[in-house]
Amino acid sequence: YIHIINKADMAASKGLKILVGCKRVIDYAVKVRVKPDRSGVVTEGVKHSMNPFDEIAVEEAVRMKEKKLAGEAVAISVGPPQSQETLRTALAMGIDRAIHVEIPLAQLEKLQPIHVSKLLAKVCESEKPDLVILGKQAIDDDCNQTGQMLAALLDWPQATFASKIEPSQDSKQLRVTREVDGGMETIDVSVPAVVTSDLRLNEPRYATLPNIMKAKKKPLAKMSPDQLGVDLQPRQEVISVEDPPVRKAGAKVESVEDLVGKLREKGLVK
Amino acid sequence: SKQTMLSSSRAALVAAAAKLPRLVTRYGYCTTAAGERQQQKPLSPKITTHPTRNDRAKDPRWKDIDMTRAADEADVVIVGGGPAGLSAACRLAQLNAEKGTEMRIVVLEKASSVGAHIMSGACLDPKGLVELFPDWQERGAPLHTPVTGDKFYMLTEKRAIPLPLLPGMPMHNHGNYIVRLGNVVAWLGEQAESLGVEVYPGVAAAEVLYTEDGSAVKGVATNDVGIAKDGSPKDSFERGMEFHCKQLIIAEGTHGHLAKHLINRYDLRAGREPQTYGIGFKELWELSEDRWRPGYVEHGVGWPLDSGTYGGYFIYHLNEGSPLAAVGFVVGLDYSNPYLSPFHEFQQFKHHPHVAAALTGGKRIGYGARALNEGGVQSLPKLTFPGGCLVGCTAGMINVPKVKGTHNAMKSGSLAAEAVHEAIGSGEIEPATYEEALRNSWVYKELHSVRNIRPSFHLLNGRLGMFGGMAYTGAVWYFTRGREPWTFSHGGTDHEKLLPAKDCKPKDYPKPDNVLSFDLLSSVALTSTNHDHDQPPHLTLYDDSVPGQVNLSVYDGPEQRFCPAGVYEYVELDDGSKRLQINAQNCIHCKTCDIKDPTQNINWVTPQGGEGPAYNGM
Repeated sequence: YIHIINKADMAASKGLKILVGCKRVIDYAVKVRVKPDRSGVVTEGVKHSMNPFDEIAVEEAVRMKEKKLAGEAVAISVGPPQSQETLRTALAMGIDRAIHVEIPLAQLEKLQPIHVSKLLAKVCESEKPDLVILGKQAIDDDCNQTGQMLAALLDWPQATFASKIEPSQDSKQLRVTREVDGGMETIDVSVPAVVTSDLRLNEPRYATLPNIMKAKKKPLAKMSPDQLGVDLQPRQEVISVEDPPVRKAGAKVESVEDLVGKLREKGLVK
Repeated sequence: SKQTMLSSSRAALVAAAAKLPRLVTRYGYCTTAAGERQQQKPLSPKITTHPTRNDRAKDPRWKDIDMTRAADEADVVIVGGGPAGLSAACRLAQLNAEKGTEMRIVVLEKASSVGAHIMSGACLDPKGLVELFPDWQERGAPLHTPVTGDKFYMLTEKRAIPLPLLPGMPMHNHGNYIVRLGNVVAWLGEQAESLGVEVYPGVAAAEVLYTEDGSAVKGVATNDVGIAKDGSPKDSFERGMEFHCKQLIIAEGTHGHLAKHLINRYDLRAGREPQTYGIGFKELWELSEDRWRPGYVEHGVGWPLDSGTYGGYFIYHLNEGSPLAAVGFVVGLDYSNPYLSPFHEFQQFKHHPHVAAALTGGKRIGYGARALNEGGVQSLPKLTFPGGCLVGCTAGMINVPKVKGTHNAMKSGSLAAEAVHEAIGSGEIEPATYEEALRNSWVYKELHSVRNIRPSFHLLNGRLGMFGGMAYTGAVWYFTRGREPWTFSHGGTDHEKLLPAKDCKPKDYPKPDNVLSFDLLSSVALTSTNHDHDQPPHLTLYDDSVPGQVNLSVYDGPEQRFCPAGVYEYVELDDGSKRLQINAQNCIHCKTCDIKDPTQNINWVTPQGGEGPAYNGM
């Protein structure tokens, strides 16, 4: 399915304008703990970092700039004040400027992909990017919805789970290789488009100190959901959050007869 | 006697080692008879691929890589964003404001955020903090739990015998605060930034830089990133950057790796005793509300440690809104039995009826471990060198019987700042006034008065052990308060005290019940430690063949037992031989291996910045 929109040729000298989404999430190596009141997980004082798939998205945007496919890369994060640190990391990796949509603490826990995609859609109206790259999913909620919802809201084509992004043969579109259940699917998408990054798209660079220091001088703009006219009313209510059931110890059997005997005992085999 | 037994077995080991081809090591342990440098024969597959032990200038894989580093200038660089380093930073900023001078002060901290590598009890003596920030309360320092009760126990296998805690004894805690030191340090970091200090977490200082003639320190270089596990450059390779500074303050905590290097280079331990250490474990427990006694401090000694092994425990009940308690255990690293596992001693200790009573119904939510210094004044190195100085635990200022060092660390940071400020002003290379200022301060007075308590444990050749130490404290120290004219020695380094396995009995530790006691790996998971797997292990060996040939064959691989994170494992190969496997990803940066390795073959260097444990208010 190829959706064609009248847009400038990609070989145009200015290059694509890319908007990259970054989310601040609990670091993947942290041992997560459920809150005693079972309303969520403990986040206070816990190490956070940029969502790994978003790091890959940022890296892809920076590489496209280095290859002269893109002219400007802008990072955006929807989150609490500390999301600024996440944006600074993106700036240190090579992004040109950043936008922080600050969410007040009270509404943070109830923020869902539907809200984020609406906020991003509003920002796209004013920023007018040619390409939006998001991580395919966040490692805290594992929703895998924002990219798809955003494309639908904007009525743009989407290429999710991208493992490769390159210009199409006629350079008028993007050729995206997607990782799907059956293997790899290659599609051509017209810009503007939404692409979500998968694990094998690239290996992100490190944000090194000289670049972190330079990033302090790059522009970081702040916005509020009210300014963007998006209502953050939750559409879902979390009833409870619980630990996964404790894995029971297995039992070793010595022979096939033993195994069948045990299966019979448990009524799993007649 | 134990001493002669040690020296004869050591002589035998040196003789055996001399027969094998070895690289010359600093301690001269593994030299050939002629002391010549010899080509290391690959006696076992290569374990150490780190660039500090493999010269990249001679490595063909690095032929086309640009190794130039960007350089930046600062007036003062502080390595380590802990209580000592941040106090130094804040004091420097305060001095600049007072005296109208301007300085660029940079703090480099290897943890991903300030406070994430802090591991401490902690029962804080606020002395150091009050001097630095008299208005600490208005500034919101997280000291929420004043000590309300204080007890000391002697544990036997079944009983807990209360011992009297008289005012004036080091373990008396009136006026102190129970804190989550990681949070206090995070707050200190914010104060430093508000005073104009540049604080860079996620950056590890990897190398000391010297002036052209090599005589003075001129700065540090941060770690390179993007080196693969086999030592080759990855696409993401980037060189670290250099900071050139007028003065370098090393505040790496106990047994810092740059401190180790500087102490050797400038021979800062000449005429002083080597440092001695303990390993400290700590767990954070959410207690059952009915067992929670906010503000209560308990210390103790005894079971399960035998009287010949130094150590003790603490239980501190926090009062920060939820029934949290810090439960900790220290084992002196001068223990002699290579079969001893400090981690398992700690886990076993929690089963003592007296301790189990406090913890039953509770849930463990945190775990961590760190080496701590026990040498006191006898082991203080010379504190300054051309171009910088050592502060805090990196020099070794813990008051061992009081189990407190943070107040001394903060004071030493402040005093170093004053000396550094003066040295920069007058153009002096060495901040020489720092050492004298420390000797005239309450830090030295306090450390001097308790100097004989820890080594009194070794009285009568260690035969009385803990009883000897306690007897000395009660009978002598309580009256002399350190004014006795003698100073006991620690009797050598911790690693020298380990006996060969054949002379010791293996220890049988009970299995964890997963309610009070836990296994090592699930404990390590709680530290949230992580390292990029595709990098050279930062636990480097001077000689890859030594673990198999000495550590394992003579000492039964004690590193498998003293590492609190399961980094060291001897795995069996197809041919039946055993090979050391280093699981560098588990490392929690405690430095115990570098301290206790009997062959001193392990050299801990910093991994990439931002890695290691992610402690939350420990």
